[in-house]
Amino acid sequence: MSEIFKRLKERFGDGVGPEVAHNGELSIYVDKDALVDVIRFSKDELGFNLIIYITAVDYLGWKRKRPVDKRFEVVYHLYSVENKSRIRFKVGVDEGEEVPSITSVFKGANWMEREVYDMFGIKFSGHPDLTRILLWEGFPGHPLRKDFSERRYVPLPPNE
Amino acid sequence: MAAGGVRTETFVLNVGPQHPATHGVLRVKLELDGETVVNAKCVIGYLHRGTEKTAENRNYYQILPYTDRLDYLSPINNNFAYVLAVEKLLGISKDIPERAEYLRVITAELSRIASHLVWFGTHVMDIGAWTPFLHAFKQRELIYDLLEEISGQRMNNSYLRIGGVAADAPDGWLNKVSDFLDQFERAFAEMDKLITKNPIFIQRTRDIGVLTKEDALSLGITGPMLRGSGIKRDIRKDEPYSVYDRFDFEIPIGERGDSYDRYLVRMEEVRQSVRIIRQALKDIPDGKILIDDYKIVPPPKSRTYGSIEELIHHFKLMSEGFKVPPGEAYAAVESPRGELGFYIVSDGSSRPWRLGIRTPSFVNLQSLEHLAPGHLVADVIVLIGTIDIVLGDVDR
Repeated sequence: MSEIFKRLKERFGDGVGPEVAHNGELSIYVDKDALVDVIRFSKDELGFNLIIYITAVDYLGWKRKRPVDKRFEVVYHLYSVENKSRIRFKVGVDEGEEVPSITSVFKGANWMEREVYDMFGIKFSGHPDLTRILLWEGFPGHPLRKDFSERRYVPLPPNE
Repeated sequence: MAAGGVRTETFVLNVGPQHPATHGVLRVKLELDGETVVNAKCVIGYLHRGTEKTAENRNYYQILPYTDRLDYLSPINNNFAYVLAVEKLLGISKDIPERAEYLRVITAELSRIASHLVWFGTHVMDIGAWTPFLHAFKQRELIYDLLEEISGQRMNNSYLRIGGVAADAPDGWLNKVSDFLDQFERAFAEMDKLITKNPIFIQRTRDIGVLTKEDALSLGITGPMLRGSGIKRDIRKDEPYSVYDRFDFEIPIGERGDSYDRYLVRMEEVRQSVRIIRQALKDIPDGKILIDDYKIVPPPKSRTYGSIEELIHHFKLMSEGFKVPPGEAYAAVESPRGELGFYIVSDGSSRPWRLGIRTPSFVNLQSLEHLAPGHLVADVIVLIGTIDIVLGDVDR
């Protein structure tokens, strides 16, 4: 059990876990209700003060075993400037479920969450402006979902 | 707003998407009160090509050329981040031949200089100085000549390979790089002389777009922008990849976090890159440029042409690709714009289940919405220049 996971476990109990390490990179699963507090705790107490990247993965049709049995995983990458270390938090979500927005902790989460919403259709509750960012309003579907075919052609929007 | 009984309204000005000062197809909706910006909103996505979706349906070789087209001003750094992520998944990070690592560093730093030259040229041109732009682009062209000689392409080099690099340096190439650096240092000193102490330039950039440390961290800013705000963070030093830990170089930082500080940081970075290349040229060993695991890299052509089994092997490798063990990896490099990372989730097949690209421009551009309010319209142009975005990198 890593030191970081131990501290999170002490503080949040069942709100966090399990932890997984791939290629020396630590990922910790977090319950979505505890997410904002976990991120804030990591920022203030554990020193992960730089937000790197928020993305998601669609596991529809995934054949291997996974620690959490939900369709999507929203993945948060944080970095600690002092300790020069990284951490990854993951939140499992099913279709239709909302994830709390972490824009109140990291301002930079704004566009990143918008991108996840745009590409995967995962909604973030409490986000100040949850609109599409790379695609246009009215684009049918969310392209990074596994059931969105790469070969699906979408007509361009009419000129504004 | 009412002033002396006169009702005034804010005015919305669209900057872009087709405008030379937006450095690509960026649209900024500015809400103005007179000439002062009240609110700025970026509209992006005009150059979205769906790279991440495309990558899910390509094997690991085929994705490499797509990465060049993200940040097309420093394609080698994009290749670098991608191959590092795949090599991490394959578990061959330690096996890359030394010579290949040095060639990677030399070309990556050359492309960093080329990228900073474009930033320098366009940034000062936006502010009104036309001559330095021509000086900068001349030097950039000389770098492109060198990159073309080693990779075969002027831009979008696709020079790196999973397991090494595509080709060894041609005869005399390393000396040419060295000669170029001698000449470049003089030319760069002249560019520096033209701008750095120029009172007009200083007035246009001093205290414009001040980004505090706290804001920079909260916004996820990386690269020269973060260092301009006084935070000493460079992936090449903090989490050294490849052979960067062998070189002696400094990380410049700013004090005030304004546009002028960011200018100074980038100018110093160019000089530090020159230092790195000189050390690499001195130490580069002889040897192989690709690993010899023929399950991952194609075997030499002479063998492919000689026997049917080898030909079948080659065909399978090229059409199907190699299988990558299940798992996930995130690898990042210090690109000229900041942290460029690839997050790959593999299900054990020859295609990534998910390839997420963390591009520095996308994250850094967000700061424009925070920096612009309170500034004049003309300063917004300075801000776009100082953030140093590439729209291919923003939109992917």
